[in-house]
Amino acid sequence: MKNIDFLLAGVGGQGTILASNILGQVGLKLGYDVKKAEVHGMAMRGGMVDNHVRWGEKVYSPLVFKGKVDYLVGFEMLEAARWPAYMSSNAIVIVNNYRINPPSVNMGKASYPPKDEIASLLTAKGERLIWVDATDIAYNLGNAAAAGVVLLGSLSTFLDGSEEEWMEEIADLVPPKFLELNKQAFVEGRRAMNA
Amino acid sequence: MKKMMLGNEAFAYGAYLAGARVGAAYPGTPSTEIMEAYATYPGVHAEWAPNEKVALDVGIGAAYAGTRALVSLKQVGLNVAADALFYSSYTGLKAGLVLVVADDPSMHSSSTEQDSRSYAKAAKVPMLEPADSEEAKLFTGIALDLSEKFDTPVLVRSVTRISHSATPVEISDVPPPPAPSEPPMYDRQPLKFVMVPANARTRHPIVVERLEQVKEFAETFPHNRIEMGDESLGIVTSGTSYQYAREIFPNASFLKLGMVWPLPEKMIREFASRVKTLIVVEELVPVFEEYIRWLGLPVRGRDIFPEIGEFSPHLVKECALAAGLIEEEDKAKAEAAATTAATPQLPNRPPMLCAGCGHRALFHVIRESGALVLGDIGCYTLSFAPPLNAIHTTGCMGAGIGQAHGVAKGGVKDRIIAVLGDSTFMHSGIHPLINVLYNESNVTTIISDNRVTAMTGSQQHPGTGITLQGKHTTEVKPEELVRGMGFKKIDILDPHDIDNLAKVLEDHLNSNQPSVIIARRPCVILTKERHTPPIVDKELCVDCGSCMEIGCTPLIQEDGYVRIDPILCNGCNLCIKICPAEAIIDQQKE
Ligand SMILES: Cc1ncc(C[n+]2csc(CCOP(=O)(O)OP(=O)(O)O)c2C)c(N)n1
Repeated sequence: MKNIDFLLAGVGGQGTILASNILGQVGLKLGYDVKKAEVHGMAMRGGMVDNHVRWGEKVYSPLVFKGKVDYLVGFEMLEAARWPAYMSSNAIVIVNNYRINPPSVNMGKASYPPKDEIASLLTAKGERLIWVDATDIAYNLGNAAAAGVVLLGSLSTFLDGSEEEWMEEIADLVPPKFLELNKQAFVEGRRAMNA
Repeated sequence: MKKMMLGNEAFAYGAYLAGARVGAAYPGTPSTEIMEAYATYPGVHAEWAPNEKVALDVGIGAAYAGTRALVSLKQVGLNVAADALFYSSYTGLKAGLVLVVADDPSMHSSSTEQDSRSYAKAAKVPMLEPADSEEAKLFTGIALDLSEKFDTPVLVRSVTRISHSATPVEISDVPPPPAPSEPPMYDRQPLKFVMVPANARTRHPIVVERLEQVKEFAETFPHNRIEMGDESLGIVTSGTSYQYAREIFPNASFLKLGMVWPLPEKMIREFASRVKTLIVVEELVPVFEEYIRWLGLPVRGRDIFPEIGEFSPHLVKECALAAGLIEEEDKAKAEAAATTAATPQLPNRPPMLCAGCGHRALFHVIRESGALVLGDIGCYTLSFAPPLNAIHTTGCMGAGIGQAHGVAKGGVKDRIIAVLGDSTFMHSGIHPLINVLYNESNVTTIISDNRVTAMTGSQQHPGTGITLQGKHTTEVKPEELVRGMGFKKIDILDPHDIDNLAKVLEDHLNSNQPSVIIARRPCVILTKERHTPPIVDKELCVDCGSCMEIGCTPLIQEDGYVRIDPILCNGCNLCIKICPAEAIIDQQKE
């Protein structure tokens, strides 16, 4: 059983925890030992959040190692750009094509890195980078908050587990009121990879 | 069956399985979810107390009554509850009492970096430390057993990476013990429970003797375990540090401590004798290392690993590399060098007030007043940062009002505001406010009342009139409290009416008397309120930067004008009131 390390990076409030919960439960269902570290508290007010998920035969540390991450999922472009040092050279990087300015940028005190610069940072070692219009897709489905599940849909195409198995864990974790939306978001995320 | 659980959920589950029937806490990251999870179990009473000191007294009372109890708090919460910890160590209890304390190395959400193991040592009580959620469940139950076996409160230490990491937990087939069919009989034992000096003097030797007994127990405690590997390196460790060290030193020998106070002297000596080099891997205070040195054994630790900040796998690895304890493969070395060189400086992203947050309007007006602002702890503390720059101190919960009074007595002539949130007011704002009246200073106290404990994730408190378990109860109103104290000048307003707020604030600041303003606007996370966002008319926008001064994320500086991101905006329309050029157009009027 190969170890698989995931890093989900985004802005507090973007729903990284739900996505990492689903990912964790799917790993357990597939027979892996799973550990997962989340960010709660202050950073949830629009700060930087990084959730770590590790699947493996036996996992000790809940935090991933620098240079060992197999999948980086960026919920926001700049937040993805902070993690090149963590990725392995054959990592797959899935990034939401979405920008949220940090306050220093809004105030004109810093500049937001151009998209092509972010892209080259994220592919410097030969990683594979995939942009997904996750927030747009989720917004059009009725709620931008489902962007994380769109990204998860895209990520799932690289992993084991049938669509049904993923859907079961989504159904287990998403409140009934938002279930249909999130199921659609997941399907759209998968479709975005096949397009 | 196994289920993924946060450490915090597992502490609650363990307490429930072990028959704890009373739980009390005050929220605080990273401990908050413990009591939230515990409250969902059948047959338990779980409550948010106004502060940690009250929570611990409640837990002690339940345990005196013969009912097992769970108290949970964050590291600084234990400072608040410390008085109760010390006396309960002396009195002991009747039923088990477990205190789960969550430390926050690196201060992800804290004002000080503390190692609660120091409290176990100071209060002479046992402390356990789990290394994952399964142990979090098990150790909470064990702590309740030990509490009864040795007649002592027992601490369980967590850290952010245990509390907020999820790992598989075995779900038990055995239900918790049934509730007693008869109400418990309170055992009145004044010699044990009344800590007047004469009684306390007889209790203290019992406490010291008890610690010796626990230490003896620790020698055979199965969760203090030696895992022999290669004998050239032996590592004494616990908790998350154990997990990191396990990956970085896969072949080393380990003494993994499940009980981190008191320490098993014989076991440590035995382990030390079986390995060539002995090191300690522990976050923050060198508790193990100092003890091992005190035993006279050669050991390394602080010279290899830092005593400030949270450990991570790569930090432990880098320290081990630097100390020559391990060697890196060349390929990994080259890759690490390549990526460090390539990473540029990226703009930071500090946490921010939410779009639509009432604190923003309040602190915008407060800053305009030019007053000196003695602040407190909550979401509103974020107003210290640019562009609001509106808070000048933040110490611990409840500190602002006392500081404001002190600043005034210190002779400063600035106009003085103390500001705190509604939950902080209930926690520790009442006593310093009494002091402002009693000892007379002209402090204007503002309670920024968003009707919830927001910073820690929307918890109820006495001012909301709703309990942790969702029951409607007496609403303890701040306005009635301050009226009852004797304040004569009190105003209650909506901070989004900024013109009125500015007027009232000027009036209070110039009134030469102690006064209170309650700025009341429910938290947007709570109300989930969203309205149609306004639009900036590019033609009318003069790019003056006024709206940028309120630091609202959806307002985006473009070339020569400001734009509003409709996904991020919640339509509170505060910016419309700020814009001097009337360039922001309300979209909610038909
Ligand atoms: C002694 C102590 N206990 C708990 C905390 C965690 N904590 C930080 S802010 C806060 C309360 C914030 O509530 P409130 O005052 O209503 O302000 P809000 O966040 O709602 O703006 C808490 C519980 C702490 N910092 N110190």
